[in-house]
Amino acid sequence: MIRKYTISIFTENFFGLLNRITIIFTRRRINIESLTVSESEVKGVHRYTLVIKSEEEKVKKLVKQIEKLVDVLKAFYYINEETVFQEIALYKVSTHALKEGRNFERLIRDHHARMLTVESEFVVIEKTGHKEETQELLRATTAFWGA
Amino acid sequence: METLTKTVGAESKMTQTMTGAEAVIQSLLAEDVDTVFGYPGGAIMPIYDALFDYQHFINHVLVRHEQGATHAAQGFARVSGKVGVCFATSGPGATNLITGLADAMIDSNPLVCITGQVASHLLGTDAFQETDVLGVSMAVTKWNCQVTKAEDIPGAIAKAFYIARSGRPGPVLIDITKDAQFGQLEFSYEPCEMIRSYVPRQKLDMERAKEAAELINSAKKPFLLVGQGVILAQAEQEVLNLVEKADIPFAWTLMGLSAMPTDHELNMGMLGMHGNYAPNLKTNECDVLIAVGMRFDDRVTGDVSKYAKQAKVIHIEIDPAEIDKIIPADVPLVADAKEAVCALNELVLPNKHTDWINSFRETAAIEVEKVITQDLFPQKEGMTMGEVVRNVSQKLNGDGVLVTDVGQHQMAASRYFQFNKTRSNVTSGGLGTMGFALPAALGAKLGCPEREVVAVIGDGGFQMTLQELATIFQTNAAVKILILNNNFLGMVRQWQQLFFEKRYSFTEMVNPDFVKISEAYRIPALKVERRENLDEGINAMLESEGPFLLEVIVEKEDNVFPMVPTGASVSDIRLE
Ligand SMILES: Cc1ncc(C[n+]2csc(CCOP(=O)(O)OP(=O)(O)O)c2C)c(N)n1
Repeated sequence: MIRKYTISIFTENFFGLLNRITIIFTRRRINIESLTVSESEVKGVHRYTLVIKSEEEKVKKLVKQIEKLVDVLKAFYYINEETVFQEIALYKVSTHALKEGRNFERLIRDHHARMLTVESEFVVIEKTGHKEETQELLRATTAFWGA
Repeated sequence: METLTKTVGAESKMTQTMTGAEAVIQSLLAEDVDTVFGYPGGAIMPIYDALFDYQHFINHVLVRHEQGATHAAQGFARVSGKVGVCFATSGPGATNLITGLADAMIDSNPLVCITGQVASHLLGTDAFQETDVLGVSMAVTKWNCQVTKAEDIPGAIAKAFYIARSGRPGPVLIDITKDAQFGQLEFSYEPCEMIRSYVPRQKLDMERAKEAAELINSAKKPFLLVGQGVILAQAEQEVLNLVEKADIPFAWTLMGLSAMPTDHELNMGMLGMHGNYAPNLKTNECDVLIAVGMRFDDRVTGDVSKYAKQAKVIHIEIDPAEIDKIIPADVPLVADAKEAVCALNELVLPNKHTDWINSFRETAAIEVEKVITQDLFPQKEGMTMGEVVRNVSQKLNGDGVLVTDVGQHQMAASRYFQFNKTRSNVTSGGLGTMGFALPAALGAKLGCPEREVVAVIGDGGFQMTLQELATIFQTNAAVKILILNNNFLGMVRQWQQLFFEKRYSFTEMVNPDFVKISEAYRIPALKVERRENLDEGINAMLESEGPFLLEVIVEKEDNVFPMVPTGASVSDIRLE
């Protein structure tokens, strides 16, 4: 069964490792849907988070190939149901929207979003949540696009 | 002499100021390296300059192409168990290493390749002979790194050797910028013994070992497969103890060849596409399959959906990524083969499987009648590869080291050469690299000078790296070169005959005069065209003190059988 898997990899901070890891996927013609790399909670240890669509059998083998890399400390995989997915979405809306007054403010409050910055031309609001929620806010803000 | 006053090795913890280039050499000495295969060039000149002072401690072999350096280092590593070392310059020097790195990677050969690189301030500027060697070699190395500071050189080399030889061995590349070679450092050498993120071998799970032993004890038709892992783990004797105690017939993979004596009574021969009839058929009849240090290559398994389905599989393997990769294991033992087989020996009960073993012999008799007799005692005029190889093998009493190239001659030699010592087979198994044998044989000879090394090569593959004849002459390595000339790219021609309606598309060769070529390189040579001269020719080759080339004209359109056609099941092995 093809579904989404999240692969978490903890590594040393070693030069070229990102390349070594992606080679494992490209060689097997697996498309990486998303990829983030950053330092983890442990200083000096990096965390890679990759999302791919595949079958569990294949993912298991991939994770073993990743763990085999000399500079990889540990690799895990999860199915979507086991992971907490949060998207962070940024919306850029014309500053005119603010002048609409309360409607726009309420919209932000109802969606638990927040105002990041107000420039003379545009406003940026931020929303964290599941994909449906960020999409919902996107739809709601369209009313203010032309304003 | 000035060279002799240099301190060798770095036993003392005292530091010494030196250049990065000299630190490279000192680090190699600290790793007990005595042989390096290489080729100089601009970006690695400081290292070559430093090497000049250490010629008495390190034998540098000047190959004629960097690909030759890698294969020679592989041959050296395979027979000696040591790490093979190569030097090459940046750009084209480094890219010429790629074939050998890929070959070493898939066949688990420990190599450390050191490449020069343009100065660090030029990286990324498309400077003269700048190639992204790190990027280019990444897919074909176990590990690689770039060093841009002199003080990082000893640490990088220590890590490289540790990674190359530990766990499942493999090739490692270190790219050193020219400024790092020129730079100064306080040298001291600490061998690497641990890397936090790297687990070269796991501890054997004893519960699993017990499960495996129970399976073996209750098996009626056990069958054991010997892979190169047995040789790498030096588990030859332990495996012999196991098969003898529990009376288990075994077969070897191409890479496992020579791990046990050929004529051991439980040795049923070679697995795979051109392996023996019985071991292939019996794979699909056994009830417990014990795979030791092998990775179920497709040339061994044929169609995996029809491979050993009836059997419980015990897979002993040091590399966890190999477990369940191709053939699911009922009992995986992730461990060094020696440790695992030792543990099994304690748990396995003495047993007898006489009927089962006899059934191998009955099947083998069919192969003897249909294939082997024709190969070894042909009634036709033209010579077979099999008879030539067997003749050489018999004259060596099983003591020789066989180095093979890729093609029909490789399969014939692997089938008919006889071994009674481990580490006596050097071939390009996983990659099937034509051109491998000649430089690999040179490396093998330097790795075990006291043994007779015979390279069996096709007329095609010989022409891929024949310039290494010059290296062989220059080093006076007494390599015996046997060209089995069928004037064809024989193995491809065989496939064209069998699967492409005999459409011989670009496989016939118009060859040069190999004897003259050899003589031009000052290596004595002889050509044998008729069977009555074969003995004499082989004797001349084996009796020659130095290197020798023997060309034997064999039947043009012979085929190698048995054969498991690609994609077929091992049960569908063809005898003709
Ligand atoms: C570098 C490389 N190129 C191509 C091949 C494909 N190939 C495999 S066997 C073979 C024929 C080898 O011919 P030859 O060396 O004459 O040996 P023979 O099979 O006749 O014994 C070829 C072309 C290969 N294995 N390696």
